[in-house]
Formats: sequence, structure tokens, C-alpha cells
Amino acid sequence: MGKKFDILVVGGGHAGVEAACAAARMGAHTGLVTFDRATIGAMSCNPAIGGLGKGHLVREVDAFDGVIARAADAAAIHYRMLNRSKGSAVWGPRVQADRNLFRAAVQNIVQSQSGLEVAEGEVAALQLDGGKAHGVILADGTAIDARAVILCTGTFLGGKLFRGEEVLTGGRIGEDSATKLADQVRGFGLPMARLKTGTPPRLDGRTIDWAALPEQPSDGEGWTMSDLTPARINPEVFCAITRTNERSHDVIRANLDRSPLFSGAIDAQGPRYCPSIEDKIHRFGDRDGHQVFLEPEGLNTPMVYPNGISTSLPVDVQLAMLRSMDGLGQVDMVVPGYAVEYDYIDPRALTRGLIVAEVEGLYCAGQLNGTTGYEEASAQGLVAGLSSAAAVLGKEGPALDRANSYIAVMVDDLTLHGVSEPYRMLTARAEYRLRLRANNAASRLTPIAMELGCIGEKRVGWFEQREAERTRIDAALDMVLPSRALVDAQADVRDDGARRSAREWLRFPTVDLSHISVALAVELDTDEDLAAELAEDAAYAPYLERQDSELRDLRASEGFGLPHDFPYGDVSGLSNEMVEKLMDARPDTLAAAGRIRGVTPAALAVLMVHAKRIAKEAA
Amino acid sequence: MDTIFALSSGAPPAAIGVIRISGTAAADALEALAGRLPSPRRPSLARLKDTNGALLDEALLLWFPGPATATGEDCAEIQCHGGRAVIAAISARLAQLPGLRAAEAGEFTQRAFANGRLDLAQAEGLADLLAAETELQRAVAVDAAGGTLSKMFADWRSRLLILSAHIESALDFSDEDDVAGLPPSFEAGWAGLHSEIRDLLERPRVERLKDGIRVVLAGPPNAGKSMLFNAILQTDAAIVSPIAGTTRDAIERPVSIDGVPFVFIDTAGLRAETSDAIEQIGIGRAQAELERADIILWLGPEGEGPRGSWEIATRSDEGIGIKDSARFTVSGLTGEGIAGLASGLSEAAKAILPGPGESAINARQAQLLGEAAQALATGPVDDLLVTAENLRSARFAFDRILGTVATEDMLDTLFGRFCIGK
Repeated sequence: MGKKFDILVVGGGHAGVEAACAAARMGAHTGLVTFDRATIGAMSCNPAIGGLGKGHLVREVDAFDGVIARAADAAAIHYRMLNRSKGSAVWGPRVQADRNLFRAAVQNIVQSQSGLEVAEGEVAALQLDGGKAHGVILADGTAIDARAVILCTGTFLGGKLFRGEEVLTGGRIGEDSATKLADQVRGFGLPMARLKTGTPPRLDGRTIDWAALPEQPSDGEGWTMSDLTPARINPEVFCAITRTNERSHDVIRANLDRSPLFSGAIDAQGPRYCPSIEDKIHRFGDRDGHQVFLEPEGLNTPMVYPNGISTSLPVDVQLAMLRSMDGLGQVDMVVPGYAVEYDYIDPRALTRGLIVAEVEGLYCAGQLNGTTGYEEASAQGLVAGLSSAAAVLGKEGPALDRANSYIAVMVDDLTLHGVSEPYRMLTARAEYRLRLRANNAASRLTPIAMELGCIGEKRVGWFEQREAERTRIDAALDMVLPSRALVDAQADVRDDGARRSAREWLRFPTVDLSHISVALAVELDTDEDLAAELAEDAAYAPYLERQDSELRDLRASEGFGLPHDFPYGDVSGLSNEMVEKLMDARPDTLAAAGRIRGVTPAALAVLMVHAKRIAKEAA
Repeated sequence: MDTIFALSSGAPPAAIGVIRISGTAAADALEALAGRLPSPRRPSLARLKDTNGALLDEALLLWFPGPATATGEDCAEIQCHGGRAVIAAISARLAQLPGLRAAEAGEFTQRAFANGRLDLAQAEGLADLLAAETELQRAVAVDAAGGTLSKMFADWRSRLLILSAHIESALDFSDEDDVAGLPPSFEAGWAGLHSEIRDLLERPRVERLKDGIRVVLAGPPNAGKSMLFNAILQTDAAIVSPIAGTTRDAIERPVSIDGVPFVFIDTAGLRAETSDAIEQIGIGRAQAELERADIILWLGPEGEGPRGSWEIATRSDEGIGIKDSARFTVSGLTGEGIAGLASGLSEAAKAILPGPGESAINARQAQLLGEAAQALATGPVDDLLVTAENLRSARFAFDRILGTVATEDMLDTLFGRFCIGK
């Protein structure tokens, strides 16, 4: 290399790849440095993409022409639409991916992305000058210059692996951790702490008695993760379900003292929603069993991922626990499970563009910011890639807020509240969930992506065609229908002579698009997804209207800016605790300040008064 | 942050004056005046001196180190003699000290609120307490400031959080075997919460208590309304405000009877037909007063008054106005029957006003509780998402009542109750 990039990304995981590709799509000259080119796109844990809340993030990243959804489609071997029986706002598209296919697809996208170059090496240090990051220095002494650096180092900063009494250094089994870089980053005086996560043992599928276990087949439907994937391409496999039982629990209980979680070796906080099996048994002792999903890791490998039993117990205990379960009596364990403890940066040190507020030109994305999951990492990579490229190219960053994307919900939560456990997306985190559906991500975000200039010709063409179709369907839904027409179309409504627009009729639980289509004698399903999306908008309209007034207030106080150096300590009426929280988070608007836990309406009023006074004095 | 001080007792001159100080410089202020800091929470007599060492006053000092104080900050109290000059001198001396200034209105409460010593509902109760003029107003305000309302709101909120946690776990973790459908108690829990909120909304509002019960005297011209009006005002009932009534044609006076706040309104006479434009305006206003009234005293011909009004017979020398079934018979001239009417009014008021020990909500709280009740009105519906949205909307209303943010609390509830995660 030895040259100068606009943007340099450190790390080739899900965040790094998405950041590098997004910056390159924006037109920034981008470099990506990784330990090993061959590990780009590796899945360190669960070979699955999507899920509840996470599927939303994948679709949103896709709306910006991102990598993750396309790679997931190329690698998918099992599909499930979680929550299919509930409203579509909480549907969670989830695929299981063949690890090798996924990695190959990611590497293929990275290679063919113009304006993006990959280099191998350990980043030993950031080049810093007067509080500004302008490149990195590799362990072999090579300097790479860049106008901005994005750190996407995952669990590799100060990573430590635990398995029973064993302790290893590394970010992923068999790989080094970035200790030198960790030392330097710690030296910045950024707030840092440690979190832990874990992964289950991997099994040899040939030693599982599949016939003894209930199957969970792929859904056999046609949907895909990316809007641009025309169809499913791989054979679909099935998973199986087993359970832990009293015998497994006895094995675990007898050996709890040998788990680093309980022996005191790890004191970092792990995720509550993804507890290790020893944690589940410790905390919910009354349960007589826990479900375990046996998920094949690929088409050409016997490896199986047992979802639900992440553990850091010693190897012999792991095997005894496994063999106590139905279907696993003879199972061979190929790689034992382990826990990882790693450094993360308190994300309150970051702004909504994921730039470190105190170090110009330095961005952070992914697990390093205290999140968990490929999808969360990938979405942050997108934000950092777009914001850094926008800054370098002199453009505005993406206009994301809590009312238009899960991405913004996550970034807002991270940068305002920080984390006390690895952060995972949940639909419950999104206040405006009814309008943020996985299936309307393109409608919500592709216009913003087009404005930014980060999407390719193909998607632009697809979207414009979709917009034309939208206009057609919208016009049809505005047409007025008498109750008679609905009754004639077999809809279960009262024939009371009422006349309503098709859109209003859709608010009735007994009326759906097929009735409208018959009543209007208009073909509505030429783009099935879009028609369904518009029908849902119509059905939820009363709730969306109620939220609108809430949003007006939100956007008004989003418009009230608070400068980064706002002197919270000088504001009378704020408690010390509030001052501390506000100083940590440095909210950029009054609305953001109001979302910080413990900041009361009275405190907001006081802040507003003080901010106005400062503005007046400055004028 | 500045340290603030204010005279917290009534306007001087009085037997004693209590000056409160709150903030980090409170200890310094006591030392500057008394030369020493008394031991915490023990009254101690001290001689207060000015900058030249001249004696200002001999006073009782109290020192409360924070944060377990009324405002959450270091606090001090000076109980001095209540003369104007003494208080002015001590105040002037305090204002000279570095970091001290006179408090603005409500600032002690604001700090207590900002430091989490009071929540919004308690702060509002305290404001009502300070403004309370009658005994009944005081009793109800004490109740709010003591946190009865807050406790109730917090209890409702935590029940809402549990309902939400059930729905959210069904939405976000439905494919996990620990998360079954909604428990059988869900619907009952919802209905119970909704009806409790509605009950509170139907109870008397605190504004009635603050503003007084509106009693309108109505009847045709010359029915003796004004005479009765004056007679009532001349009884033992105290006139609590010196401000003479409105400038309109309706005259109103606030009065306290047996500690119950009333406002008596004397309206223009009601005549069906009049060509006089000004009189018509007056009649229009009288009509509006009748609509706002809690109690109407009807002095006109029997049975012709507005629905629900009290038939009042006015006995005069001419004997006009005798009614067959008058609720009260009074003479404005002699004052006869006035005391009976007054006690009848105060008896009736008890049904309209919140009683002491009974929680009363103000208009802001009522509006937000109304929003919550409305969001809960349909009960759980088939679409879990809509059910969740209704609960969120109700939570949002409670967040604004209590000034808290609930999403994280809901997640805490969720993870605390379910074994979730793969």
C-alpha cells in the first residue's frame, strides 16, 4: 500500500466490511486492513443472519445497498420468518447460512467493490497528530495514511478466551487479539470497560441421532433477505430440536464452581438475553429443561451449532452435558464452547455519526461499541462508513432518526445510554415499531440512500419501478367503495350503505387486499410486497396518526440543538448525577437529552432556559 | 451551582422568621454568620454577627448536610426574630457571601425535584400545599405532597410495565419455549388497571378545591339575589380575598365556610325577553355562569329555575317568594335562615370536593391519565402489535405524569421475569 486513503477501515468482520463498502459506494477511496484476508466475512458464532429486530437491521442495511443481506441470500440454507403469526411489524426474517458460502460471498462483494483495497497486517497503532487520527502503523512498521480511520475490531481489543480453568489470549478461537492497539486506545483516555460473550461447542452432525429428534424444516416460502435477490438458490436443510433435562442440569450444577463466570475469573457483564446455559440454570433453577436448536453450519460440513447452550464450562463437563440430552448420547464435540471477555469503548463517547467526539477522524463501529450480533455490527459499520465518507467528501450524513429506522434507534440508545450488557436489537426498543417494518425498509430508507448517493444503478432502477407501482396502488386505494361492493367481494362487513375509500375499508379486520382488489376490479398484487405494505399502512393508520403528534413534539425538540461543549456543570437545578450522565452522553439535541435515563422534564426545562440564555449572550 | 436562601416563614413582622439556605455554600454561610458550624440536625443557639462583628440577632441554627435533606443539597435554617429589620439585615449579609443569592420562586422545590427528592406529582402537591388557603385545601395538598398520588401512579406504572413485558416477550421471544402465550391473569390485570384509572378520573378534581365551589344566585330581576348575596357575605364566613369581584355583570366573591372554599356569584337577573343590548350581554353571561355552576340557588318562581337548582324562598316584609317546598327559606334583611343555608352548602360541598385523605388529581394529571385510560379502553385485542402499541401509549402518558422514561424499565421487567435467550 504505502498510499493515502480517504477512509481506512481496521477489521474485516461484519462492521468492517459494511463500513468499507459503504464508504467506497459513496465514492471515497477506501482501504481495509485485516489480520488475514481469508477471514474476511467470517461468522464467529451462530451461523445465522436476521431474527427478531435483527432482520429489520439487515433489511435496512440492504436499503442502502449494503452487503449483509446479499451475502446472506447467497449462503442461506434454512429460512424462517419468525413471528409469522403476528403483525408484520414484528416479523423477523432469519436465515441460517453456510459459513463457507457466506464468507465467499462477502469476499466476492469486497473484491468487486470499486474504490476499495484490502491489505493484510496487524494494526499496531493509530497515527495521531494534535488529537486527529490520520492513519495507522502496522506491526511491521508500514505506515498507511488516511483522512479518517474506522475501528471495527470486534472482540479483538484485549480479547481473552475462557474455558473452564483455561485462559487464552485472542478474539476468536485460533486467532490473535490486537493487544498493542488495545494498549494505545486505552491510552486515549476514552472511557472503556469490559464485556463478555460466549459461544456453544460445535458438534459433529454425523454422531447425532437425528431420527430421534423433532425436525424444524425451512419454511419453503419464497422471500429473500435482499430486495435485489431474485430467488433462493441453495438447497434447504432442516434443523432439529432437543432439550436439556434434569441430568444435564445436575452435571452443570455439580461443576458451576469450575465455570469462569462463577469462579470469579470473569467479572464482565454478559448479555441477559443470551445467557450461558450455566447462567440459565443458576438464575432460573425451577425450569426442568431448556430448548436447544441443532443448526447445520453448512451444506458440505458435518459441523452443527447447538443454539441455546453457550458455555465456558471445562471441556469434560461440556461433553457430559451434551451427552445427557436426547439425540446426543453418542455425540462428538469438535470444538468446545468458550467465553470471550473483551474491551469495549463506552459508546457515549461517540456522536450519532459514530465518530469519537474527542478524536477527530476516528470512528468506531460494531462489537467494539458494546453491541452483540452480526446485524448490529453491520448496521453500525454502515453508519460509520456513510458518515465518515460524507465528512471527507463534504456532504451531509444520513438523516436517520428513531422514527425512520432501527439503525437510528440503536445508535441513539448506544450514544445516549451507553451499555451495561452487550446490546442487542429488540423490536421492543423501537417506539415507532408499527411504522418500522422489515418489509418497508426500502420505502423508508432508499430515498435517503439515493440522496446520499450510496446505491448502485441496479437498485435505483428497481426502486424507481417500485415507486411507479406505488403511485398506481395508492390511486386505487383512494377510490371510494360502497359497503355493497365489499359484501359482493365476500368481505364480512355490514351492508349499511356506508361509502369509504378502499384505504379506510382496510382498517376493518375482516377486510383485506383481496376483497379490495375484487371490489375495485383492479389487479393490486403485481408487486405483492408493496401492495401488502400499503395495506398495512392503511390498517395501522389510526395508530400512526396518534403517534404523529408525539413525533411532532419529538422533532421540535430534535430541532433544539445543544452544543457539544454545553456547560452542564454551570446549570443550576441539575443534580450531580444528571450532570454526570449528560456529560458522558453529550446529547446533541434537547430531545436526545430527554431520552437519557434520569433526566426529568423539569431538568429539560432548565436546560432549555440555560441554552437560550447562552445563545442570547452570544448574539 | 449557586447556593440559594429565602425567608420561608410568612411575611414579617412575625414572632419568628425562618430563613432557609440550600446549596454547597450553606455550611460556609453558617460559619460566616455564627463563627461555627453546629452539629448536624441539632438545634443550636448562636449569635449572628455582621462583617464588622456587630450583633445582628440571636438565633437558632439548624444544619442538615446533604444529600438526605429536603432539597437533596446541604441545607441550613436560621430561626431568627421575626422583625422586618432583623430579617432584612440577615438577608443582606447572606447576599454578600460568595456563591449565595436570594432564591427565585419555587426554586427550593425545583431543586428537590431535580435531585430526585420529589417526583413531579409530589412537587405539584407541594406547590398546592404552599398555595393552600383553607384547611381542606391544605389537607388534600399534604396528601399529594406526601406521595399518596405518586405511590398510586408508580404502582399503576409498574403494573403497566408487567403487562408490557408479557406482550413484548411474546413479540420478541415467541420462538422460545419459556415464553408461552399471555397468562390467564393478563386480561383481568388489564381491566383492573383500566377501571382504577377511570375511577380516579371520576373523582373530584383538585382545581375545584383550589378555586372554590361555584354557587350561583339566580332568578328574575328583583328576586332578592343581591340582598341574599350580601347577607351571606356578612355572616361569619370569612372573605378570603379582598379583591372585589369581576368587572362583568356577574359579581363573584370567594368565601370560606367551615374551611370549605366557595365562590358566590351574583348574576344579572334572568328575563326571557329584553330589547336592551347591554342587558342581553349580561344575561348571556349569567347563562354561562349557570353552566359552570356547582350549585345554583334559585330565587325565582318555584319550578322555573334551571334543572337541579335549589329552591330558595326569600322571606321579606311583603311576603313575596314563599314556596311550597323550598329547600331553605331565608331573609336577606334579617339574616334569618342564612346560617342554615351556609351549613347546607358546606354539607353539599363535601360530595363535590375531594375529602381530606382522598387523593385528588389536577388538570394536567387528569389529561394524561385520560390519555392512558383511552389507550387502555379497548382492552387486549387480537393483534398483539396493536395491544403493545396501546400499552406503550399508556406508558408514555405515565412517563409524562411522573417524569420518567420507561423502555429500559420495561426491559428490566422482561428480563427479570423470563428465562429468555438462546
